[in-house]
Amino acid sequence: MLSLYDGALDVPVILKDWYEAEARSNYGAYIPFVGTVRSEDGIDGLSFDIYEPILESWFTSWQEKAKQKGAVIKMAHSRGDVLLHESSYIAAVFSPKRRVALEFIDEFVEDFKASAPIWKYDLKDGKRIYALERSTAIKGSGILAK
Amino acid sequence: MVRVEFLGPIQKDALELNITNLSELAEILQADETLHEWLTNSAVAVNDTLVSSLEGALKDGDKISLLPPVCGG
Repeated sequence: MLSLYDGALDVPVILKDWYEAEARSNYGAYIPFVGTVRSEDGIDGLSFDIYEPILESWFTSWQEKAKQKGAVIKMAHSRGDVLLHESSYIAAVFSPKRRVALEFIDEFVEDFKASAPIWKYDLKDGKRIYALERSTAIKGSGILAK
Repeated sequence: MVRVEFLGPIQKDALELNITNLSELAEILQADETLHEWLTNSAVAVNDTLVSSLEGALKDGDKISLLPPVCGG
């Protein structure tokens, strides 16, 4: 399940909804990761652009990988502005046993950071500044360059 | 005609071009100085599938997307 929201995520509601949706699915482990905007470098918050067609196909491929391990993956992300101490990202894995979920959430979030077509901007002094230094070129980038 | 879209922070309007492969696109975009850095660090998708080389033909109605470095979360 991939859910996109305008602005900050309502973390307690999303975690509760996911918990309740799988409460009787016989999973022994539910491992969520919540990403929250921290105060650093004088920012007022973060802002996000998302390219949904490729995000959806990327997420579908991870759903397939989860299924092969008997697990389920869920993800929520914000579009637009998210202010300090609000949350922009939740990923969670449900699996029969904890080890699969712990390993899977780590692999998933790492690939999310490197591959998911989402662009981050710092909100600072009324400006929206692309966070190039913290961004990662997608594998295979640069083929159009000389 | 194919449509070329520049995603995320690349501040450039979409282009409609009469080209038949990605090598022609590379030549056209390399002539635009404002794109030089973006060409070195952007990935390319054809019809929303990432590609790893300039090979393969483009056909009328194809959509090409340039995806600069990402940072979700």
